[in-house]
Amino acid sequence: MEIVSKFKNQHSPIVDMKQENSQHPQIKLVFFGILLFSFLFTPLHAQEADPVKGKALFNANCAACHQLDKKMTGPALRYVETRLSEDEGLDREWLYGWIRNSAAVIKSGDTYANKIYNEYNGAAMTAFPQLSDEDLDNILAYTAQDKPAPVVAATSGAAQVNSEGGSGLSKDIILGALAILFALLALGLFLVNKTLRRFAAANGVEVQEAIKRPSLWKAYVKNQFLLLVTAIFFLLSSAYFVYGYFMQIGIDQGYQPIQPIHYSHKIHAGDNGIDCKYCHSSARVSKHSGIPSLNVCMNCHKSIYEVAPSTATEEYSKEFYDAEIQKLYDAVGWDDEAQQYTGKTKPVKWVRIHNLPDFAYFNHSQHVSVAGLECQTCHGPVEEMEIMYQHSPLTMGWCINCHRETNVKVEDNGYYEKIHEALSKKYGVDKLTAAQMGGLECGKCHY
Amino acid sequence: MSSNKKYWKRVEDLNPSPNAAVQAVKHKEFVEEIPVDEFLGDKSTLESSSTTRRDFLKYVGFSTAAASLAACEGPVIKSIPYVVQPEQIIPGVANYYATAIANGYDFASLLIKTREGRPIKVESNSLAKANGSINARVQASVLDLYDNQRLTGPQKRGENISWETFYSEIGQGLKDVQNQGKTIVLLTQTFASPSTEKLISEFKSKYSNVEHVVYDAISESAAADAYEMKYGRRGLAHYDFSKAKTIVSIGADFLGDWQGGGFDAAYAKGRVPKNGTMSRHIQFESNMTLSGANADKRVPLKPSQQKLALVRLYGKLTGTSVGVTLPPAIEAVVDSAAKELLKAGADGVVLTGIQDVNAQGLVIAINEFLNSKSYHPQTTILTRQGNSQAVSKLVNDMNKGKVGAIFMVGVNPVYTLPNQAAFVDGLKKTSLSVSFSMKADETAEVSQYAAAVPHYLESWGDIEVKSGHYGLMQPTIRPLFDTQQFQDVLLKLSGNTLTYHDYIKSNWNSSILDGTSWNEALHDGVYISSSSKKLNNNTFNLDIALSALSKIKSSDFELTLYPKTGMGDGQQANNPWLQEFPDPLTRTTWDNYVTVSEFDAKSLGLENTNDATGGLNGSYANLSVNGTTVKAPVMIQPGQARGTLGLSFGYGRTKGLKSEMQTGVNAFPLYNEFNPTPSVRIEAAGGMHEFACVQLHNTLMGRGDIIKETTLEIFNTKDTEVWNPTPVVSLNHQETPVSSPDVDLWDEFDRSIGHHFNLSIDLNSCTGCGACVIACHAENNVPVVGKEEIRRSRDMHWLRIDRYYSSDDTFEGDNQTKDNISGLGSSLSTFGEMEMPSENPQVAFQPVMCQHCNHAPCETVCPVAASSHGRQGQNHMAYNRCVGTRYCANNCPYKVRRFNWFLYNGNDEFDYHMNNDLGRMVINPDVTVRSRGVMEKCSMCIQMTQKTILDAKRDGRPVNVNEFKTACSAACDSGSIVFGDINNEKDEVTKLKDDQRAYHLLEHVGTKPNVVYQVKVRNTNEA
Repeated sequence: MEIVSKFKNQHSPIVDMKQENSQHPQIKLVFFGILLFSFLFTPLHAQEADPVKGKALFNANCAACHQLDKKMTGPALRYVETRLSEDEGLDREWLYGWIRNSAAVIKSGDTYANKIYNEYNGAAMTAFPQLSDEDLDNILAYTAQDKPAPVVAATSGAAQVNSEGGSGLSKDIILGALAILFALLALGLFLVNKTLRRFAAANGVEVQEAIKRPSLWKAYVKNQFLLLVTAIFFLLSSAYFVYGYFMQIGIDQGYQPIQPIHYSHKIHAGDNGIDCKYCHSSARVSKHSGIPSLNVCMNCHKSIYEVAPSTATEEYSKEFYDAEIQKLYDAVGWDDEAQQYTGKTKPVKWVRIHNLPDFAYFNHSQHVSVAGLECQTCHGPVEEMEIMYQHSPLTMGWCINCHRETNVKVEDNGYYEKIHEALSKKYGVDKLTAAQMGGLECGKCHY
Repeated sequence: MSSNKKYWKRVEDLNPSPNAAVQAVKHKEFVEEIPVDEFLGDKSTLESSSTTRRDFLKYVGFSTAAASLAACEGPVIKSIPYVVQPEQIIPGVANYYATAIANGYDFASLLIKTREGRPIKVESNSLAKANGSINARVQASVLDLYDNQRLTGPQKRGENISWETFYSEIGQGLKDVQNQGKTIVLLTQTFASPSTEKLISEFKSKYSNVEHVVYDAISESAAADAYEMKYGRRGLAHYDFSKAKTIVSIGADFLGDWQGGGFDAAYAKGRVPKNGTMSRHIQFESNMTLSGANADKRVPLKPSQQKLALVRLYGKLTGTSVGVTLPPAIEAVVDSAAKELLKAGADGVVLTGIQDVNAQGLVIAINEFLNSKSYHPQTTILTRQGNSQAVSKLVNDMNKGKVGAIFMVGVNPVYTLPNQAAFVDGLKKTSLSVSFSMKADETAEVSQYAAAVPHYLESWGDIEVKSGHYGLMQPTIRPLFDTQQFQDVLLKLSGNTLTYHDYIKSNWNSSILDGTSWNEALHDGVYISSSSKKLNNNTFNLDIALSALSKIKSSDFELTLYPKTGMGDGQQANNPWLQEFPDPLTRTTWDNYVTVSEFDAKSLGLENTNDATGGLNGSYANLSVNGTTVKAPVMIQPGQARGTLGLSFGYGRTKGLKSEMQTGVNAFPLYNEFNPTPSVRIEAAGGMHEFACVQLHNTLMGRGDIIKETTLEIFNTKDTEVWNPTPVVSLNHQETPVSSPDVDLWDEFDRSIGHHFNLSIDLNSCTGCGACVIACHAENNVPVVGKEEIRRSRDMHWLRIDRYYSSDDTFEGDNQTKDNISGLGSSLSTFGEMEMPSENPQVAFQPVMCQHCNHAPCETVCPVAASSHGRQGQNHMAYNRCVGTRYCANNCPYKVRRFNWFLYNGNDEFDYHMNNDLGRMVINPDVTVRSRGVMEKCSMCIQMTQKTILDAKRDGRPVNVNEFKTACSAACDSGSIVFGDINNEKDEVTKLKDDQRAYHLLEHVGTKPNVVYQVKVRNTNEA
């Protein structure tokens, strides 16, 4: 596509997209590092190296592009050292050299280095000159570990199911037993009563009937005053409920639709502490907070193709979450096996939760950037929401109340300097609410 | 109390008759049986049906209840983000791109506002100092992009074909033509494009037998010929009226589209009195034009006499004796104009619109004689290069079978040629005809191939409006349809593999950009080259010119064909904004018409009447020029010279546009031999035409406080109170100024903190061009209502430009007439007379929008408080609160509120751009689309002021000086409309508000508007 130069500011330097196209985002690749190791691998080294430290180093430095068992931006690294020494005859020294400066190795004309460089589309691996031999040994030790058998997880899951089933069963039994017991008691009482009556009849004892009084109901019906009071009570209370019913029409507080992809704000914003504005970046500058485009998701999910086992909950299993990530890949057209985009995209049709009417103007940047509000003020505890829902009523009264109560953030904002000084003198206050700044005027939101 | 009184309708009721018929009628409401069966169906089926009436009602009740319950559930709204979001697009934030329009009629560098990749508004590019003007048509051009009548792909004889087929067939066709030895003709618009010119010359060298004919629908050929003879380059001389002290125009509507237009901004600069001086403008013309309306002295004159006047003017100036005679009154005016010019010397300038090489040559000579500072022949205007003779020759060649192939680009000759029948015959004899067009227009329909071209907002291109002033055109949206630019087609046919974009880039880098980077030029959209072409200075044979002009004979009726401000040459006829744009002078929409002077109308038996609802009607008349007759409705035009008629181009299109837009009559058949002022015969034809006119009252009736005006002399010498008095009202039988707090019903609200917006309108520099009207439409989603609704006075324009004629010779005369009225009889008769404009009236324009009164009458009467006042001075209108009582409109003294009688959006009854998805793409997402039953009005572009404030807040800075803008102030090239914050003493509007010329409309009402007008000053100082 021909991209036209953006005319955001007439005096700003222009950007010619055409030319910039040549600067492809440089993908820095780490992968080949891995291969190097095999050579130096000796039992002595292995004994000294610490796979636990290695794991930490791996996660900090390598995990963005490498996984142990899966080809990503770079190749899978389990048993890399063995593999290299057996297949390619390369030793650990080669690996040291590669990891610390892969470009130099490639430049030196090394056959395997060039082969792997080309295999991964010429993506250069980041150089790690800061890693010592010991660090590298630790990492290699980590990669040399056997894959843990997945059996454990499966059994524990099954056990869980069993125990759950068991407890359900016992509850039913207890309830059933209690019911039988009560039934027996009631039967007993009835039989005893019957027997007593028979005794009484046999002994000629007359059972006294209770004195007949006018029933409570009839008395009530005859009391006109009470009737009137009740009628008024019912009328008022039904009016109250009818009013309540009608007033909630169009207010979708708590609206929690099922989305095409089960995206968990809890995992992203809560567990992983990702800033809201990392994904909803346009909230800073635009009236829309913006639903992040899928390329934003892929910033992380290019390397996060599955959730950690610990992410799974009772309600949602790991398989469930992994399938949802797969949905993202389908939508964005990412072939996880080949680690490349297929170009076949299927845009995601999210169900919009927060719907303001068209005649109400709301600007996120005013609230987020200028007022410095937390997103949670209006959107609620998003970081705890497994499924997103509408937290606030989004009614005009709700907006207005906040404008009445909230002070304008005037500090360090050149725009407010003069206005704030004059207005605070006028109202005799130090802090100004949005309402005092004119935030209740109709035309501020309706045009 | 019961009564036995019986009411009877007929005698039979009173005395019951045995007549069965009477009895029967008595008990029946309708005499005849109601044909229930007809609409309910078979009677027997109905009777045998098991569904009783009660059941039916039950079902109805149930389904209504069910439907309403179901309706309580909200709709599910989907949100679909980008898969890969383009870096430069942030949803909700507008991007601006510098580009240019060059459609053969309008040329200008501009800025396009896009939202989420959709161009939605045309803005002016502040870096482009001299690249054309952004008039109403250019403002509206963004809507042409979203025209659902556009061609969606190449066609062959109306059938869709692919571009591959197109290329292979055209390539073969061209080869055949070459083998036959016939010519290949490119019949094109004026491109004024250096790269296209280079490309065409390359095409010529590839195919040796190529002829390039440039054709302007409305020709400036005579002026271009004269300029070419004199200076050796085809083009037109540039004028800069900002420096002129005395402007004499003979038949040149230079505030309209004369020589490509774009002179109004400079003209307006000279019209604002500064240091006691302003320019003086004398206009000789036959039709009432914008230029005449703005002139200090306007002389109605037949086109033939204009030529004589020009000769006499030349004679008087140079002291040559010329033997022409004119009516004595005219001679006197011409002589005094000559005197004024001589006095002004180099500060004077003369121009003419007479389509005659001799007249144009004479004007060049006069300006050279005056050594005029305003006349810049060294700067060549390149936007009108059409050659009428070449076009006429082409039609002959085609009919002789000399032409083998013709490419028509940006032209619609079958509509615009006077001899269209001959052209169509010629096309039939041409073996290959291709029309490059956006629409299936008249020409595309009769061509073999219609090549769908993109809109300029989807295209690459470059322009050179004036020599050395370059502009770049870049796409602001991906092509909506399967279209290809003419230039890309030409490149392919020339065997060049470059795209046109690359071609322009290499051409600019090699021959235009002198070291400046391409990116910078593309970003700015304009580039001014320091290198200039040396022009010749040939001599022009004046003697021949003078004698040829002196021999001109008048005829009884002379027609002046002219382009209307809204429609130009008619290529934008499918644009509903322009169709509904009221003509600045007649204030009539959706039509063209024959303008006739009142005197002639009487003698010919033509009339204008108003029907009971006020709608304007006009008689039909037949116009015959050289055997061609056209029937058109008549509009009686004050100021029209006797013995002259006017008719505008651009209407009467029939192909490639919706039926609603097929308005008016086609004037091109009368454009015989490209002569815009032919002699004509006129006669009344039967019947009346219904016009849709938005202003039914044409005079001010002596109410000089609505448009205050004075003369330069009084302005310079007298106290402000003399010519701009503060209105007084009676308080305890004392005259008290209305500005005094004692006479105010309301408490003043302190607005000194924060922003307080004011809008200033200078009646001196407002030329009435109407660009602001369209800009307001585009910015505020103003709906188009159609001719029928306009006729019912239900127009929706938030901003209107009122035009008033004087009923005396001057408005001052009106004021005196009114003041002299005494007694009832005199007032009845005199006011009646004052409704009629004078034969050659003074004209005044006044843009009126919501005045945003600080003490607004509309706000106090709203029962639901839908209209309220903001602290920033804006009168807010909350549409969602409005229940449509229309009290506000009734209580508004300025009549600026507009009521939505219908839902104009998505309604088949109003099949304009808001009724299709494509057209709705132009809607501004920041402004609500109003629904039926609510009142709307100018909001002082609150969405723009709020955005400016928010930008400042985000940057943490105070709002810059003059940063606030409205759509109308931004669109006003002449600087007449100025918007700003009067609490910022550095804003221009703060000075204007306190200017001695400032006044408020209907100030005596005490509404304290936030719109100020500047008193109109006329320069009546004769030399």
